[in-house]
Amino acid sequence: MTAPPPASPRERQADRSAARRNRWLTGPAVTIVALFGIVPLLIVLVYSFLAPAPYGGVQWKFSTDAYLNFLFQRDIFSDALQFSPAFLLIYLRSFVFAVITTLICLALGFPTAYFMATRPPEQRNWWVLLITIPFWSNLLVRTLAIMFIIRDEGLINMALMGLGLIDKPITMLYTNFAIVLGLFYSFLPFMVLPLYSSLEKLDFRLVEAAHDLYATRRQVLWRIVIPMSAPGIVAGCLLVFIPALGAYVTPLILGGGTHLMIGDLIAQQFGSGRNWPLGSAQALILMAAVLVALWVYVRNAAKGGKHG
Amino acid sequence: MAERGPLDLKTQPGFGKVALLCLFLLYAPILILMIFSVNSGSIITHWEGVSLHWYGAALADGDFHSAARNTMVIAVSATVIATLTATLAAIGMTRVKPWRGLGAAFMVINLPLMVPEIVTAIATLSFFALVAGKLGLNFGIGNLIIAHTVFCIPFAYMPIRARLEDMDLTLEQAAADLYAPPWQTFRRVTLPLMMPGVFSGMALAFIVSFDDFTITQLVAGPGQTTLPLYIWNQTRRPMTPEINAISTILLLISIVVVTASALIARRRKA
Repeated sequence: MTAPPPASPRERQADRSAARRNRWLTGPAVTIVALFGIVPLLIVLVYSFLAPAPYGGVQWKFSTDAYLNFLFQRDIFSDALQFSPAFLLIYLRSFVFAVITTLICLALGFPTAYFMATRPPEQRNWWVLLITIPFWSNLLVRTLAIMFIIRDEGLINMALMGLGLIDKPITMLYTNFAIVLGLFYSFLPFMVLPLYSSLEKLDFRLVEAAHDLYATRRQVLWRIVIPMSAPGIVAGCLLVFIPALGAYVTPLILGGGTHLMIGDLIAQQFGSGRNWPLGSAQALILMAAVLVALWVYVRNAAKGGKHG
Repeated sequence: MAERGPLDLKTQPGFGKVALLCLFLLYAPILILMIFSVNSGSIITHWEGVSLHWYGAALADGDFHSAARNTMVIAVSATVIATLTATLAAIGMTRVKPWRGLGAAFMVINLPLMVPEIVTAIATLSFFALVAGKLGLNFGIGNLIIAHTVFCIPFAYMPIRARLEDMDLTLEQAAADLYAPPWQTFRRVTLPLMMPGVFSGMALAFIVSFDDFTITQLVAGPGQTTLPLYIWNQTRRPMTPEINAISTILLLISIVVVTASALIARRRKA
């Protein structure tokens, strides 16, 4: 790389007018997202420090009760704060569900993506399309489809009873199993697609070289393929983990209101709970968790970039 | 396929079976739902025979019509606004000399992808509640159009940007060398070349708006039922195969739009 020649005044002026034009072109999109995407988040931040109005909405007086309520409950009689882990447990449960979902998606998604990447190009396109279609299909409808199958009167129980393997239906709906199954089913394509795009770029001559050096298939997999597709693995895990942590539709339909996750908890405060400040605080705590995950990702990506 | 040798070295035992299992798990529930949509019986899980009865019932339902109309009004408006603004932004942000604020603009545009949907939903709800309470403004279904436009913008932006990044600068330089004025170069060279990206951006924006449930459910006012909300309301009552019929229609629309957009992108590339 040689240093660019010093710009003449005319060139500099051309740059400036190009920059001005580009700023105008970018303006509308940025304005829409800033005004209707970022301002609402700031309102949530403000709301989380206000007091709830009795019928939903907020009262404009400063209060940190929303954050206190997250961990403590005020005793009705003595007004003393008592530690109450109910919300914390829901966050913990969501975290565990999201981690389990991510691991299952990785365990099944990685072999799938690898298999796709090693197909001839023409077949690869079809595989990608087949994985992409569920990715863009209606999540509510797909979740309902799962519900129909695992219900007590659903296809699985009907089939098992028809075969005489069981006498009465196995309860699957409204259990933890149902939620994790639903999350896995919802977000599997989010794992496969980034893994595939990373594996597709893999230089398979390295695999051949390893075989020439008497590596076994498993050694090639663990020492060459997986380390080299690490960026794809991290991206896929995040793309599953983040939406799974904040999932709303899945626990709503498959958890039946008894196995709450963070997403339903937040929605509840804005619905029947009528405690907008508490819901706002809960939403911000979820956002903080997501930002930590993204920060870890960006830091790792920067480190990986230096090596590669 | 009789390819041996190099290809053989790449294969990992069992991976093909896992891939097929994944396909099965992804498609079996959808296919079962579709099959039961042509069930003639009125009990949702009991098979009685093939009939399009429930499609007829759905299409004759006035609530379904108004939900379909709302969905189309919202999805088309949000798609048009999002695709237009995202295209302009992609032109101003890709293959250009870095300008001050470029990085910040990129982060703003992609922000809706990083915020959990439920957070966006309650934030938008709070925003419109505040606007209605303090300013007395209510845009009716416009509220939903605005909310959808916000999350459609990054989906429209990504493929357009990717397309522009892949495009060869030499063609535009050649046009300029042949004394084409900048506007003509843009209209005759850049724009046609970037169109496949614009089409896939448009398709994605349409699909995410068309399918949205979470944000719509929290932001929608009375009488603003969209198709996903209509399906959700149906599940609150004793369910009939009508819900399968409507779900199948929604799935088929997604499948057609996604497949068409993939095929357009592929044909243009070849």
